[in-house]
Amino acid sequence: MIEHHLKLAEESLEKETTTINVGPTHPATHGVFQNIMEIDGERVIKTDPTIGYIHRAFEKIAERRPYYQITPLTDRLNYCSAPINNIGWHLTVEKLVGIEIPKRVQYMRVLIMELARIADHLVCNSVIGVDTGALTPFTYVFQWREKIYEIYESICGSRLTTNIGRIGGFERNFTEDTWNKIHAFVAGFPKVLKEFEALLTRNRIFMDRCIGAGPISAERALNYSFTGPNLRAAGVDFDVRVHTPYSSYEDFDFNIPVGSQGDVYDRFLVRNAEMWESLGIVKQAIEKMKDMDPSVFHADVPDFYLPEKPDVYTKMEALIYHFKIIMGETDLPAGEVYNAVEGANGEVGYYLISDGGRTPYRLHFRRPCFIYYQGFPEMVAGGLLSDAIIALSSINVIAGELDA
Amino acid sequence: MSNEQIKQRLSEKFPDISDWEENYGIQSFRVPAGDNLKVLQFLYEDEELQFQFLTDLTGVHYPDRAGEELCIVYHLHNLVANVRLRMKAYVPVARPDIHSATPVFSGANWMERETYDFFGVNFIGHPNLTRILNVDEMDYFPMRKEYPMEDPTRIDKDDEMFGRG
Repeated sequence: MIEHHLKLAEESLEKETTTINVGPTHPATHGVFQNIMEIDGERVIKTDPTIGYIHRAFEKIAERRPYYQITPLTDRLNYCSAPINNIGWHLTVEKLVGIEIPKRVQYMRVLIMELARIADHLVCNSVIGVDTGALTPFTYVFQWREKIYEIYESICGSRLTTNIGRIGGFERNFTEDTWNKIHAFVAGFPKVLKEFEALLTRNRIFMDRCIGAGPISAERALNYSFTGPNLRAAGVDFDVRVHTPYSSYEDFDFNIPVGSQGDVYDRFLVRNAEMWESLGIVKQAIEKMKDMDPSVFHADVPDFYLPEKPDVYTKMEALIYHFKIIMGETDLPAGEVYNAVEGANGEVGYYLISDGGRTPYRLHFRRPCFIYYQGFPEMVAGGLLSDAIIALSSINVIAGELDA
Repeated sequence: MSNEQIKQRLSEKFPDISDWEENYGIQSFRVPAGDNLKVLQFLYEDEELQFQFLTDLTGVHYPDRAGEELCIVYHLHNLVANVRLRMKAYVPVARPDIHSATPVFSGANWMERETYDFFGVNFIGHPNLTRILNVDEMDYFPMRKEYPMEDPTRIDKDDEMFGRG
């Protein structure tokens, strides 16, 4: 009789859950993300992301800007690896116009893009460390991100939002200082990355925290249109650099690291392995450029590439081109092009419709973060709240790219 | 799998598909607005085609095309054969109804919300068709061409000085 009574009491108890706000500005979310989470104790039942806090209407702005002025918009998408976005945009315009790019310029671009990938992955992986309570590895590797930024700085003058390169090539050749910095980076970075891995990869506490946290299966990841390291961590070997090579990636020898579980730990491992591959590509690019004419750094496209400054003052033709380009009076052929590059977080796509005018008729950015972030509620449902935080760091959602 | 094979296979099944063209290596075609989900499903399930990855979904506004002002563009990818495909559907701006692709692709959810947010396309069958990047109170669709980029009351940015009206 008593048993029966007790059972009744248990059943009649109404279960209460708590609704909490994680974000929009929360120290653990690294960006402006809001998640309204329903939690039962420490378990996440449901999460509802709100996005759009830093929407800046880039697609609308792009419809009024001449092509070369759209480059600064692209680097504000994923500001952790801005050069990849910049160069992806140049490649899109070059594809539409049909500009042939000299091999050396293509290799220079590959070199910069791979350095950018290393910088991006360093931030992501070290921040997973920070969110699991290991601040030290973060402080070690951030110096080396700084060194990559110094390389950008010596090429284009800026560090975070780079606006690097031009349609047709680079704004200036790599100087001796740039090369010194690149060589110093290639020589010194392997030791640091090894140390970083020694601190985290086989660290018992780190492994216990990350293994099994925020998992997603390969089927679900594909259905959610995941790309990049997050898809590869789930076990799908899709990489735009291999599937549709651009900028002569077919000349390089590298592996695509894949995971199997699609959890935080696999994403960490895939990004770490990719840094080694990127470093290998950088070394190959340096090697390949050794036998090439060191004076080539842009294609011969006077319609798009600004003439040398002394020529503008002395030659009529150069002056005309200078004005035409700066005033944005260069018309592009009408056409429709989709170009994709492998960004640090996945396939960055540019869908450009030109009606033959000076500005795009329509430009759409395929932003990998925006697309895979919708899988986040599914990844964290049923897990712990603290796992949701590291899952968010490990998919490396960049607010700028998310909100456009 | 060549673009020609895709064309053949699709037009056998759906004779209404039109506007076949190839742009920079990507085969593009147009489906009647009511058939978009059926075609997507066929592309997904067919053993030969296997377009099981939705790369991108977006909208374009063509104010001059009377009766078919809004275009919805799907970029699909067959990851096994590594072929990309572009599908378009046109709807009138007065009644911008089209089937949602969410039954086939979970990833279409936010992409369709974004397209709704900026172009006002009504995706029938979408689980939660609300604004995503703009504020909920907004009462217009900003990417449509009738909304100019710049504030029209400003005269200091007049383009006439540069020969552009």
